[in-house]
Amino acid sequence: MQSLLLATAVRLLLPLLLLFSLFLLLRGHNEPGGGFVGGLVAAAAFVLHALAHGVAGARRVLRVEPRQLVAAGLLTALASGVLSLTLGLPFLTGLWSTLPVPVIGHAGTPLLFDAGVYLVVAGMALMIVFSLMEE
Amino acid sequence: MIVAVLSGFGAALAAPFLHRRLPRWSGWVCALVPLMLFGFFAAQGGEVAAGHTIRAAYEWIPSLGVDFSFSLDGLSLLFALLITGIGVLVVAYASSYLHGHHHLGRFYGLILAFMAAMLGTVLAGDLITLFVFWELTGLCSYLLIGFDHGREAARKAALQALLVTCAGGLALLAGFILLGEGAGSLDLAALLTRGDAVRSHPLYVPILALVLLGAFTKSAQFPFHFWLPGAMEAPTPVSAYLHSATMVKLGIYLLARLSPVLGGTDAWFWSVTLAGGITMVAGGVMALIRSDLKQILAYSTVSALGTLTLLLGLHTPRAATAAMVFLLVHALYKSALFLAAGAVDHGAGTRDLARMGGLARAMPWVALGAGLAALSMAGVAPLAGFIAKELLYEAKLQAPLAAEFVTGAGFVANALTVAVAVMVGYLPFHGRERDTSLHHHRVESLLWLPPLLPALMGLVVGIVPGLTGRWLVAPAVAAVRGVPVPVDLALWHGVNPVFLLGVATVAAGVGIASVRGALLRRLPAGSGPGWGPERGYGLLIDGMLGLARWQTRLLQNGRLRYYLMTVVGAAVFLMGVAILRSGEIPRQLPRPDGGIHEWLAAGVILAGALTAATTTSRLAAVAGLGTVGYGVALVYILYGAPDLAMTQFCIETLSIVLFVLVLYRLPRFSLLSTPGGRVRDLLVAFSVGGFMTVLVLLAVSQTLVPHISTYFLEQSLPAGHGRNVVNVILVDFRALDTLGEITVLAVAALGVYGLMKGRGEGGG
Repeated sequence: MQSLLLATAVRLLLPLLLLFSLFLLLRGHNEPGGGFVGGLVAAAAFVLHALAHGVAGARRVLRVEPRQLVAAGLLTALASGVLSLTLGLPFLTGLWSTLPVPVIGHAGTPLLFDAGVYLVVAGMALMIVFSLMEE
Repeated sequence: MIVAVLSGFGAALAAPFLHRRLPRWSGWVCALVPLMLFGFFAAQGGEVAAGHTIRAAYEWIPSLGVDFSFSLDGLSLLFALLITGIGVLVVAYASSYLHGHHHLGRFYGLILAFMAAMLGTVLAGDLITLFVFWELTGLCSYLLIGFDHGREAARKAALQALLVTCAGGLALLAGFILLGEGAGSLDLAALLTRGDAVRSHPLYVPILALVLLGAFTKSAQFPFHFWLPGAMEAPTPVSAYLHSATMVKLGIYLLARLSPVLGGTDAWFWSVTLAGGITMVAGGVMALIRSDLKQILAYSTVSALGTLTLLLGLHTPRAATAAMVFLLVHALYKSALFLAAGAVDHGAGTRDLARMGGLARAMPWVALGAGLAALSMAGVAPLAGFIAKELLYEAKLQAPLAAEFVTGAGFVANALTVAVAVMVGYLPFHGRERDTSLHHHRVESLLWLPPLLPALMGLVVGIVPGLTGRWLVAPAVAAVRGVPVPVDLALWHGVNPVFLLGVATVAAGVGIASVRGALLRRLPAGSGPGWGPERGYGLLIDGMLGLARWQTRLLQNGRLRYYLMTVVGAAVFLMGVAILRSGEIPRQLPRPDGGIHEWLAAGVILAGALTAATTTSRLAAVAGLGTVGYGVALVYILYGAPDLAMTQFCIETLSIVLFVLVLYRLPRFSLLSTPGGRVRDLLVAFSVGGFMTVLVLLAVSQTLVPHISTYFLEQSLPAGHGRNVVNVILVDFRALDTLGEITVLAVAALGVYGLMKGRGEGGG
C-alpha cells in the first residue's frame, strides 16, 4: 500500500513525533507525560514509517534492532537504581542534582529511569509490530 | 580473603574467552588460578597453626543478622588446600585429557567456578553464606556431570545428582534457619560458643535431622548414596575433582564444622554412626562386584565417606584426629587413582577391569602413581594410609558405645578397601595381558604427572608425618573439637593390637581380592540392585512426570477460548466467593448523576461494545473495540487523568495497527460456534461484566485508607521533585514496581518475537 501522500507526510511527521515523544518524556515529571506514553508515541512514529515505506525502510531509519532498544532500556533503568547503591543508599533511591536544568527543572536519576522505561516501551512495541509485519 | 574466594568466579567468567583467544595456553593460565590460591592459603598456614582465625566480613542483610563473612581456621585451611591443590592437578590434567574438545573453554570456566563455590563453602563464616555457596557447588556439579550433554545417561545422572543434593540442600536451609533461631545467631563463631543452648533446645532433634539430611545427601550416605556412582558419567577429571577429593566431602565438612554445636548427644551418635557404618560396609561390597574402574572407585569413595561419617559420629578427640588424617590421606590417594583410571581409559581405551592387565609396560609412570596410591589406600607402611589406618582402628576401639560392633564393621570395610586397592592399583597394570585387541599407547606427561604427584605426597606424608600433623591436622582437629587437641603423628608405634589388626586387614583384603573372580562367577548374572533407594528415586520421578503430563493435558488443551474461560472463570469464582463471604454486597446503586458529556462518553462505549459483539465483519469488530478504548480514554480526560488518557489513546492506536496486520492472515469470517456455545459465551461475558461492576461499586463505596494517597500528594514535590504525582509514583516512589513491569514487558515482547520467528523458520 504505497501512498504518495502518506509517504511524504511521514517524512515530516517522523522527526516531529520523535521530538514530541522526547518532549513528553522530559516534561513528564511535572506535567502530563512520561516515559511510558513517550515510548508509545516514538513507537507509533516508526510504525507509521513502516506502514508508508515498509518494515525494511523503517528498520533502516531506526538503525538499531528493536530488541536492542529493550535491552538498553532495561539496563538504563537498572543503572539508575544501581547508582544509589554505589553511594551506600538503598537500591533505586532518587538522586538529584542541585543545579536547575532548563526545560526539565531538576535532573536526577528518576529521569534516567524514565528514559529506560521509554526505551523498553518503544522497543517492545516495535518488536511486536515489526515481527508481525514481516510475517 | 573475600577476593581470594571470588577470584575463582572471575576467572571462570574469563576462561571461555581466554580459551578462544589462546587455545594452546589456556590450560596453563587456568591452572595458575588455583595454584596462586593454593599459595595464598599455604602462606596463611603459620598463623592458623598458631591458633588464630582469620576473618573477613561484610554486612549483607543487617536486618536479619546475615553477614557475608569468611573465616579461615584449621578445618577450613585443610579443605581449602585440598580444593586448590587438587584443583591445579585437575585443570592441568583436563587440558590434556579433554584436548581438542570443542567445549574445553566452557569446561575450564565451570571447573573454576566450582572450585570457587567449594572454597566459599568451606571458608564461610556465616550459615547463610555457607548455604549459598553450598547450593552453588550443587549447581556447578550438575553442569559438570552433564558436561557431555549430548548423552542421555550423562543428563540423567546430572539431574539425579542435582535433585538429590538440592533436596538435601532445602532441608539444610530449614535446618540452618532453625539453628539460627535456636542459637540466636547465624554467625558460625558465635554459634560454636552456644553448643549447650542448642543441644538443650526443644527443636534440637528437628535441627539435627534437617542438617544431617543435607550433609548425608551431599556426602552420599546411605540411603542417598546412589547418585554418586551414577555421577561417574562425568569426564574423569570431573569425577576426580567432585567425587573423590572435594565436593562429596562438603557433607563431612559440615558435620565436622557443626560437631561442637550439635555433636555429642545420643541422637547424634546413633544417627551419624549408623548411617556411616552402613554406608562404609555397603560401599565396600558394591565396589567389589563392579568391573568398571570408575564405578569401583566411586563405590570405594562411598565407603570412605561412610568411614569419615562414622568417625565424626563417635565424637571423641581420637576419632576427630583419625577423621582429619584419613580425610587428607583419602583425598591424596583417591584423586591419584581417579586420574590414573582416566589415563588408563585414555591410553588403553577401556575401563573394564576384566580386559586389562600388563599395562605397566605401556604406561610405567601411571602404574607407579596408581601403585603408590593403592598401597596408601591399603594402609601399607611407610605410606600415609598406614598412619590413617592405625588411627582409624585406635578411634574405633575407643568408641564410647558399641566399640566391638564399630571395630568389626571397620575391619570388614577396611579389608574390602584393601581388596579394592589391589583391584585398581595392581590388576590393571601387572600380570599378563588379558585382551590383546586393546591398542594401548603411551600417555603424555600431563596425564601421568597429575596422578603421580598426590601419590608421592602420600609417601612424603607417611615418611615425615610430624610436620603434617603440626601444620595441618592439629589446627583442623582443634576446630572440630572446639579446643586444642595434642596431635602427634608417627609412623611406628610398635607391635600392638592396632598394628596386628592392620596386618590382618591387609591379609584379609588380599585374600578377598584373590578369590573375587571365583565369587563373582557364583553370582547369578544381572543380580545388580533391582531394588533399593535408587529404585525409589526412579518411581518418585516417574510419578511426578506422570502427574505433570496428566495436568498438562487437562489444562493446556490448546484452545484459546477454553484458556480464556478458565482464567476469567477462576477469577470470578475465587473473588466472588471472597466477596460473598465478606458479606459486603452493595445494597443500593449510586444515584446516577453527571453532565450530558459524561452520558455521551458512556453511550459511545456501549455502542462500540455492542457493535463489536454483534457485527459480522472483522474490521467493524476491531473498530468497535477501538471505539470502546477511545471512549474509556474520554472518561479519563473527563475525570482529570490526562496521563492515562494519553497512554490509552496511544495503546488503542497501536492495537488497531496490530489488528489490521493480523486481519490479513485470518480466514474468512464465519460463524463456527453452535447456538449453545454462543449462549455459553454470553453467560461468561455477562458474569464477568456483572462481577466487575460489583467489584467497582464495592471499591467506590468503601473508604480507602486515606493516608497513602495524601502522602504521595504531599511528598511529590519535596521528596520526588515533581508536580506530576502519577509520574513521581511511577519512577520514584514505586520505581521497583515499574522496574518489574518493564521487565515483564520485555519478556513478553521476547516471547512474541520468538513465537513469530519460530513460526517463520518452522515453515508454518
